[in-house]
Amino acid sequence: MPLAATLVEKIRIQIDGRDVEVPKMMPDWQGKLQPTTMLQACQQAGVEIPHYCYHPKLPIAGNCRMCLVEFGTPMMGPDRKPILNEDGTPKIAKSVLPYEPGTPRGAIGCATAISPGMEIYPNSPATKQMREAVLESLLINHPLDCPICDQAGECKLQEYSMQHGQATSRFVEAKVHKPKQVDLGPRIMLDDERCILCSRCVRFTRDIAGDDALGFVNRGSYNTLAAFPGREFDNNYTLNTVDICPVGALTSKDFRFQMRVWFLRETKSLCTSCGTGCNVVVSSREEKVYRLEPRENDAVNSSWMCDAGRLNYKWIGREDRLTRLGGSRLKACTWTGGAREVAEGLRTARPGTVAIIASARQTNEELYWLKKIATRLGAESDSIPRVGEGDRLLVSADKNPNSNGARLTGICGPLLGMKLAGIADGIRSGSIRTLIVFGEDVTRHGISAEMLQRLDLLVVSDILPNQTTRLAHYLLPGCAPAEKMGSFVNVNGRLQKFLKALEPREDARPEIEFLMELLGLLGAPQPARSVEGSFNQMAKEIPALAGLTWSSLGDTGATVQI
Amino acid sequence: MFLHALQEHFGFISKDAVEWTASKLGLQPINVHELVTFYPMFRQEPLGRHQIKVCRTLSCALAGAHQVRTFFCKRVGLDPHKHGPQTTSDGHYTVEFVECLASCGTAPVVMVNETFHEQVTVEKAEQILAGCRAT
Repeated sequence: MPLAATLVEKIRIQIDGRDVEVPKMMPDWQGKLQPTTMLQACQQAGVEIPHYCYHPKLPIAGNCRMCLVEFGTPMMGPDRKPILNEDGTPKIAKSVLPYEPGTPRGAIGCATAISPGMEIYPNSPATKQMREAVLESLLINHPLDCPICDQAGECKLQEYSMQHGQATSRFVEAKVHKPKQVDLGPRIMLDDERCILCSRCVRFTRDIAGDDALGFVNRGSYNTLAAFPGREFDNNYTLNTVDICPVGALTSKDFRFQMRVWFLRETKSLCTSCGTGCNVVVSSREEKVYRLEPRENDAVNSSWMCDAGRLNYKWIGREDRLTRLGGSRLKACTWTGGAREVAEGLRTARPGTVAIIASARQTNEELYWLKKIATRLGAESDSIPRVGEGDRLLVSADKNPNSNGARLTGICGPLLGMKLAGIADGIRSGSIRTLIVFGEDVTRHGISAEMLQRLDLLVVSDILPNQTTRLAHYLLPGCAPAEKMGSFVNVNGRLQKFLKALEPREDARPEIEFLMELLGLLGAPQPARSVEGSFNQMAKEIPALAGLTWSSLGDTGATVQI
Repeated sequence: MFLHALQEHFGFISKDAVEWTASKLGLQPINVHELVTFYPMFRQEPLGRHQIKVCRTLSCALAGAHQVRTFFCKRVGLDPHKHGPQTTSDGHYTVEFVECLASCGTAPVVMVNETFHEQVTVEKAEQILAGCRAT
């Protein structure tokens, strides 16, 4: 059978008394087509089957038993034809215990394939009873320490207890005690008493991260999640196990006891630590970031992100952030006045004597306006490459989040940094008199402090202090990505947008605002007034972005030709 | 087989032995550790000179195996509330529960090394310990 036919082939089944058609085959955790399971079929029909160990991106284990459902299949006669009821409908044989035909028997939804004519009863009394029993059993040795548990508020045990739990415990015996505060690795703390042994973390680290570091030791009610004694659980993806842990067993040392999750505001954003551009959710409260978590995007990062990227947010709150308009020549004390002074300085510069060094950490929209300014001033422009080490999973060797955006907007050539030496020579020889720098410390890229001091005008925008910002004639405080919105193009040409999670501090403003203001002061027409408008205008001008609009990017972006 | 051979030779399976086995089999040590901790016949520590095995399967449990084990533990200075085999610090005694020793009619039964003791009461247990001390 050709693949396309398999893809569209549907099976008619009944879920909760409702006739539904679902695909016969669906992708498994690796994207390979496998027979559709009862759990997947129910999801297709909009019915959620509770589960702990099942995760769409991990191999199926089938060990938590929470997804047990009662079901039935059409009865077949000896002629292999369905036996019919008097009204012509097929007779259904419900799943029952073989030695006790009066007792319904469930099957686990996550690992039982559907078949034509099957009936699934996700809300039947028998199904509910099975769930209650499984949940009660999972909670027998659980410490029920929700008030001090980091998972509280986003815990599957809590959620399912709400739906299927009992108000009181029938358990009068002593609970089994297991290790607590197990220091599993540099970023992970484990509470074995909270663990329900679903093995999501074991499968993740073995099958996704490729570091077979976790396992279950002992047996029976003493079964315990552990790493090999004396070995640290330490790879660059360990914190994903905290995300997928359905309970509070695995906790992030960074986030532990920092904030109750229900106080956190979640913003869809992107990780900016490398060119992969993993989709993330920024969790913040009162203008402070508390954690980043991966957001699912199968075109980029599946459901994962690396630990290094996840923890690279603390600098946003650094005390020495540039938050004041500044620079040695600034006379005004407002943005309006400051922008006018900068525009005045740029207007008097002769074409050909201006250079712009942009950053491939800037958004497409910012680079688009910066390129307009470059064109207006007849300025040479370039950006700075940032190369590091990559890995086979998510980490890119390109440490700029938007190298491709810099290429597309034309602020630099196909190879970033090719013109840097020329610009340095220009400054040395005196042919370049004005330099605009965005988000880079050029003193680390071949333009020394001594050379910067020779310039007639040095306009710098940045977010943290460095040698270049200290020498600026005009210093324009900008925003961290979390403090603004915009879009990036990742190393594979995925164009994605991110939204603003925090307010900028004090004088600091999103760069795009003062870039548009500056362009207006330089006399250029500038129809767009917002980030969305800038993107839409840019998409009309850059062929690779043809047909795209800000809203069409959605949450997961679009792929463009680089 | 590896692990059985190692245990036969060293008397127990050390952490080093687990790591060595894993490297020979191309596995991560946690995989072997899982197995060693799962099966009670694999020992992770050297046993005491007198290995006191108290049966806790149904007949013995009903006939007082728990009281017998608690007595042994207390008399040799071990924690009766602790799970699994325990060995005294001087290496004289190991006390543990085991499954059926196939003498349900004379429950509760205890095996000390290769010697079988039937209908063990607290008094009889005292005598067993005295016997151990004598050897």
